[in-house]
Amino acid sequence: MKVWKYGDNINTDMLFPGKYTYTCSTAEEIKPHLLEDLDPSFSKNVVKGDIIFAGKNFGCGSSREQPVVGLKAVGIKVVVAESFARIFYRSAINQGLILIECPDAVEAYSEGDDINLDVDNGKIVVGGKTFSFPKLPKEILAIRDAGGLLEYTRSKLKEKR
Amino acid sequence: MYVLELIFLLVFRLFYINLKNVIQFLFLRSATPINGVVDGRIIIVGGIVNMAMTFAEKLLAAYSGNKNVIPSQIVTVHPDHLLTHDNTAAIIQKIKNELEEYGVCSKSLSIIVLDHVIPAASEKTASNHKNIRSFVKSHNIKNFFDVGVGVCHQVVVEKGFALPGKLLLGSDSHTCSYGAIGAFSSGIDRTEAASLMLTGETWLKVPNSIKMTLSGKLQQGVFAKDVILHIIGDISASGANYCSVEFHGDVEQFSIDDRFTIANMGVEMGAKNATFPVDKATKEYLDSIGIPDGAYAAVYPDKDATYMQELDYDLSEIIPMVACPHTVDNVKPVSEIEGLEIQQCLIGTCTNGRLSDLQIAADILKGKEVKPNVRLLILPASKKIYEEALKMGIIETLVKSGGILLPPGCGPCLGAHQGVLAPGERCLSTANRNFKGRMGCKDAEIYLSSPATVAVSAIHGKVTDPGEEMKK
Ligand code: SF4
Repeated sequence: MKVWKYGDNINTDMLFPGKYTYTCSTAEEIKPHLLEDLDPSFSKNVVKGDIIFAGKNFGCGSSREQPVVGLKAVGIKVVVAESFARIFYRSAINQGLILIECPDAVEAYSEGDDINLDVDNGKIVVGGKTFSFPKLPKEILAIRDAGGLLEYTRSKLKEKR
Repeated sequence: MYVLELIFLLVFRLFYINLKNVIQFLFLRSATPINGVVDGRIIIVGGIVNMAMTFAEKLLAAYSGNKNVIPSQIVTVHPDHLLTHDNTAAIIQKIKNELEEYGVCSKSLSIIVLDHVIPAASEKTASNHKNIRSFVKSHNIKNFFDVGVGVCHQVVVEKGFALPGKLLLGSDSHTCSYGAIGAFSSGIDRTEAASLMLTGETWLKVPNSIKMTLSGKLQQGVFAKDVILHIIGDISASGANYCSVEFHGDVEQFSIDDRFTIANMGVEMGAKNATFPVDKATKEYLDSIGIPDGAYAAVYPDKDATYMQELDYDLSEIIPMVACPHTVDNVKPVSEIEGLEIQQCLIGTCTNGRLSDLQIAADILKGKEVKPNVRLLILPASKKIYEEALKMGIIETLVKSGGILLPPGCGPCLGAHQGVLAPGERCLSTANRNFKGRMGCKDAEIYLSSPATVAVSAIHGKVTDPGEEMKK
């Protein structure tokens, strides 16, 4: 497991350049372009279970969902950031990518620290120190538990039938 | 009911109301019915509790069927419209089976505008457009605007879909633009747009609100774009994250075009929506596009509403600004980077491609020439604007001076085609984003400014403060 550390304002063009928006839409097409302009080593070396730590306003910019779809597809376990941009946050809920907004945990992290995660209880352990983060409201957990927004919508449509 | 109301207030409002006021409220409530304001958020009218609400709270309360809502509350809403553009192809692909089985929930919910890569730049983007056209046909989608009508946000406003007091969502981050007209509008992702097409329903978290009071008058050579750049530079790219931004104060001086520019960039400070009060200018604008007064009901914040933050800006102190690479909040006075050589200039996009923007540029460029080694790209934001600009001779002036006219769409704004930059090049643009790689090349630089700054700079081939030039 590797921790990828980035700074503030990691925007959607850094995560997935806009020029590919209308040519890449499947996870396989998205993967090689993730963080292409910021950190070309990411898409080559990322493995399932890796974690991202970042600063403020992670995911700001466009409403494109390829960054979230891509990070989920390469197996990013969680993104821990000081804060997230709104549409990105919403998109992560829709795709079932776990985000943790916890500035203290980001500040505490230094290279090589062990990370332990207990999403259900809102706890993250960074280098032996435990930090809490607020749990998601029940309406949103229902979307996550269904396996993402489309699954949630599908089950609702079936119910209505 | 009384007990329930009290529990509601105590549990949810504790962070907003100090305990003294709650006690005072309990005391007042048990007395005879009374009219008055207990604190910023609770108004008692004839003994009935009414919480003073912000624009966002009031509108979302109405759309969720609640009497009151409070920040962080999750509400279920049915928006009036859902905007999608070229990304409609990917959206309908996700729900192919469901569309066949259930169809769309409403034929008039969706507004689809082809604008991002127009005319198509490749076989793939052409096929996307083709798939969207056939979806529109097979599902009888009422509001479809094909290649050439304009940039989606401009089209939504021009065609009268964005009205005061309405709720619109769109799978584009600059959907927040319709706050210019007093609507509540916000961006969502493609998956959510897909879900909305099927159900017409989604959840929203009631945002905290920020009140920005703009007072005073702008100096000559200073425009709405400078105002919003100044604000973003002040509060940072995440300064309004998750929040509803309300503009108050001397805003009647701003035309709908100006308000559009400002609301459009709300998302560049993280805002969920950014809105102007509905006034004479709004009514006149709506009237000009054939929408009578009675077709909408404006929502105004209560006078005593509580804001998470209140900020005041003195407009007379604002000077021409520029956002430097590679974040929109890296804002500096134009004078600070004056003389920096540029290879490309762009006037257009959903931020600044309106008639008044083109007019300002034409006034500056009339009888002058764009520096030979500079490419000045002109993109009217819609066909309607294009036609008006043609009639008024604006296009002729711009083209004569050396401008290169592109079709009304997003063009180079997102780096997918047209006007892509080469490594080491610099572009001064009226768009809303200067992210690394945004115009197709990670080793190029994008600077954002007003159309006046871009036009003046195009003549000199270097970044130039429009102040002096406009006095000439
Ligand atoms: S003009 Fe640019 S910012 Fe506006 S909708 Fe098109 S791509 Fe997005």
